[in-house]
Amino acid sequence: MNWFTNLGASTINRLEMFGRATYMLFGAIIAKPQPLKMIPLVIKQIHIVGVQSLLIVVISGLFIGMVMALQGYTILVDYGAEGSLGPMVALSLLRELGPVVTALLFAGRAGSALTAEIGLMKATEQLSSLEMMAVDPLRRVIAPRLWAGIISMPMLALIFSAVGILGGHLVGVDWLGVDSGSYWSIMQSTVDWNKDVVNGIIKTIVFAFVITWIATFKGYDSIPTSEGISKATTETVVFSSLAVLGLDFILTALMFGIE
Amino acid sequence: MKSRKSELLVGVFVALTIAAGLMLALNVANQSMSNSENTYILYAKFDNIGGLKVRSAVKVGGVTVGRVDNITLNNSDFTPLVTMSISSEFNQFPETSSVSILTSGLLGEQYIGFQPGFVIDGIENLAEGDYIEDTKSALVLEDLIGQFLFSSNDG
Repeated sequence: MNWFTNLGASTINRLEMFGRATYMLFGAIIAKPQPLKMIPLVIKQIHIVGVQSLLIVVISGLFIGMVMALQGYTILVDYGAEGSLGPMVALSLLRELGPVVTALLFAGRAGSALTAEIGLMKATEQLSSLEMMAVDPLRRVIAPRLWAGIISMPMLALIFSAVGILGGHLVGVDWLGVDSGSYWSIMQSTVDWNKDVVNGIIKTIVFAFVITWIATFKGYDSIPTSEGISKATTETVVFSSLAVLGLDFILTALMFGIE
Repeated sequence: MKSRKSELLVGVFVALTIAAGLMLALNVANQSMSNSENTYILYAKFDNIGGLKVRSAVKVGGVTVGRVDNITLNNSDFTPLVTMSISSEFNQFPETSSVSILTSGLLGEQYIGFQPGFVIDGIENLAEGDYIEDTKSALVLEDLIGQFLFSSNDG
C-alpha cells in the first residue's frame, strides 16, 4: 500500500515539475517578446555561454579528430582503404560526435554555470527583488540565457566538426601520409550537405534547446539553499547528459535509420 | 567598455562559425552537384542493376556528369528502371549513346558509365525524358563464377 502511495506521489511530483518547466518556458519565450530590449542581453549571454566555451570545444574537437584519424588509419591501412579516412572522420564528426560531444561539453561547461547562477540569484532573492520592481525575471533573466544557449551551441558544434576534420587532416595526411587530395575528394563525394551537415545541425539545435531548458529550469526551480543549489547543478549535468544521449538515438533512428 | 569587449568577442565567435560553415559547405560537402535546378532527366532500363544506389554517380570517361535520381521496378515487364539527372552543362549526347553499370575498383561502389555514341546526321541529341536503349547490366560475381564452372565442365 505504502509502495503505491510513493509511486503516486513521485508521479505527481514529476508531472508538476514538468508543468512548472513548461510554464517557465512559455513565460520566457512565447509571452510578449521584446526583441529590441533583449538583443543586448542575449549578446552578453552569448559571450558568457558561447565564447567562453570556445576553448574547450576547439581543443576537444582537435584531439577527437586526431584520435579518430589515428585509430581509423591503423584499421583501414590493412585493407588498403586509407583513402576512406576522410569520409570516416567527416561523417562520424558531422553526424554523431560533433553534436553529441559538444552537447555533453556544453552541459558540463555552460549548463552547470547557468543553473548555479540562477540558483544563487534565487537564493539571494535577486529574482524576487526584480519582481518587486515590476521586472519580469522570466523575461529579464531566463529568456536571454535560453536564447543564448540555443543560438550558441549549434555554432560551437559546427566549429567542433570543422576543427575535428582539420585535426584528422593533421594526423592522417601530414603525419601518416594519406594523400591530401584523396582525403578531401573522397570526403566531398561522400558527405552530403542536406543529409549529413543539415541533419547534424538540426540535432544540435534540439540538444541546445533541451540542455538550456533543463539548466535554466533547474536553477529557477532550485531550493534556495547551498545544498539545493549544489543538488540542482548536479541534476542539470546528469539529466541533460542523459537526455542528450537518449534523444541522440531517437534522432539518429529518424534521420539515418531508414534508407 | 566591458560590453564593447564582449560584443567584439561575440563577433569573432560568429565569424569563426561562418568560417567553419563555409569550410564544411565548400570543402567537405559536395554542394555543387546537389542543386537540382540545372539538370535534365534520362531513363535507362537494365536487366540487373547489381549494387547501384540512388545518388550513385553517372560518369563519362571518369568525369561525373550526373547522379542516379531514382530506381524503380517497371511493373509490366519487371525490369529495373533507373532515372538519372544529368547536369544540363552536358546536353550534347547523341541518341546512340549507351550506358553500363561499372564498379570502381575491386570492392568499390558501383556507378553508371555513360558512353557517348557517334554523331551522324539525322541522329538527335538526348533530351529531357528520353530513354537510353543500349544498356549493359551490372556484372554479378556469382553469375560469372557459375558461367565459368559450367563452361569448364563442358570442356
